[in-house]
Amino acid sequence: MLRLEKLTKVYKTGDKALNAVDLEVPQGQVLALIGPSGAGKSTLIRCINRLVEPTSGSVLLDGSELTRLGAGGLRKERRRMGMIFQEYALVERLTVMENVLSGRLGYVGFWRSLFRKFPQSDVDEAFRLLDRVGLLKMADKRADELSGGQRQRVGICRALIQNPALLLVDEPTASLDPKTSRQIMRLITELCAERKLAAIVNIHDVALAQMFVSRVVGLEKGVVVFDGAPDDLTPEVLTRIYGEEDWAETVQPVDEDEEAAG
Amino acid sequence: MAVSTKNGQKVWQRRDRNSQLKIWAMWLIGTAIFMWSWTQISAATTWSFFWDAPRIAADIGGRAVPPRWAYIEKLWEPLWDTLNIATLGTILALIMAVPVAFLAARNTTPSALFVRPIALFIIVSTRSINSLIWALLLVKILGPGIFAGLVAIAIRSIGFCAKLLYEAIEEIDEKQVEAVRATGARPWQVMVYGIVPQIMPAFAGIAVFRWDINLRESTVLGLVGAGGIGLQLQGSLNTLAWPQVSLILIVILVAVLVSEWVSAKVRGAII
Repeated sequence: MLRLEKLTKVYKTGDKALNAVDLEVPQGQVLALIGPSGAGKSTLIRCINRLVEPTSGSVLLDGSELTRLGAGGLRKERRRMGMIFQEYALVERLTVMENVLSGRLGYVGFWRSLFRKFPQSDVDEAFRLLDRVGLLKMADKRADELSGGQRQRVGICRALIQNPALLLVDEPTASLDPKTSRQIMRLITELCAERKLAAIVNIHDVALAQMFVSRVVGLEKGVVVFDGAPDDLTPEVLTRIYGEEDWAETVQPVDEDEEAAG
Repeated sequence: MAVSTKNGQKVWQRRDRNSQLKIWAMWLIGTAIFMWSWTQISAATTWSFFWDAPRIAADIGGRAVPPRWAYIEKLWEPLWDTLNIATLGTILALIMAVPVAFLAARNTTPSALFVRPIALFIIVSTRSINSLIWALLLVKILGPGIFAGLVAIAIRSIGFCAKLLYEAIEEIDEKQVEAVRATGARPWQVMVYGIVPQIMPAFAGIAVFRWDINLRESTVLGLVGAGGIGLQLQGSLNTLAWPQVSLILIVILVAVLVSEWVSAKVRGAII
């Protein structure tokens, strides 16, 4: 469904953030992208929806080549890619409802969006999503009144109301406590399964990634150095991705039941 | 910072000897210039006027009290004019300042090379000329009256409002803008959803702050014939009607106090 071909990004400073990355993500697959800071994880997902303009290579979403689209075509395709951010990136001074509905901006005309006259079907869907993530009562609160976990749930709603085929998730748990992190990761993977969404999840926490995803891709200095099942992440592989460290503790399989009990 | 060794002991002083001497020299030169200027001014002063000043001031003060309270009848209308000049002038200025601010802000300008310098030039040129001078010019062009004062206030305020607003635009959180852009929103929608909510508090603060300033400035515009309470002030000064002058000054003081109170309330309500 999503295919990256020789995707390369060189920043103006000369840093090669991505070096000819090839990657294929089938429909419904949740993929964790791991790697040290500066490996190019963030750049990779931003090159997919061209928030960062790739230097060369191509991105194909269901056969349409995103890297060749003009401004209008790109906006149409961006509607099919929901994005979830590390620090939520909600518009702080807008209400929860406005933040969720802003996911429909690509479908709604300028004047309607200016006067907040969204179609009733969009409003219905927003309420449904807020109910699904347990924030129905918060709809009229301003985003800056919410806690971190709640904000990230709003961020998830904003991405899902786009009715996307693909989720681009940038460090969704980096600003959250361990328990909330697990809840958010579980929510994302559940929602992806419900809606058969593919997702690329940038994540620092290797153990958390192993717990929730079916495929892990390791990125190091802009090159894919690992692509496999979570169980194949051996200390040797982690050393290849992150460098020398004692990895024995990290790769121990996490006991799901224990976490659910706590 | 100077560290030296004296008798085998490390000594620290704030400055070493050379920089200390330099500072002494600077003070010496500065004092000399001040003394010289003092003698120049002293030589050019007509001292009889100066020694006379307390007596004259006391005389005027004596004539100015009590204020001529009945004169307030004739002040209501110019006061209303003054308020209108300040309010409408501020609104007019904001309407023109908003686009200028977006063109001047680094993150929203369509072209940093061509458009931004023009916007910055508008900001600098309107800011650098005092509203009294604008009023002098506009009275000649538009004829005396309220409209000239209103336009003078508006022009003078564009640069001020646009400068503060574009600084606010440059300080927004780009991540929120990026998130709106990622939904497939059009550029205007990105502005309305991603940028405008972030600058609203700054905008409201700038608006009341400038309105507050404009009320004070519009009280003097009448001196050059641009309408408002200043016209009465000038008339009273010219006819040496000191009890009227003191009443006008009291009225201006009260008006400014009220505007302070209003803008403090508004600012409190926004944040």
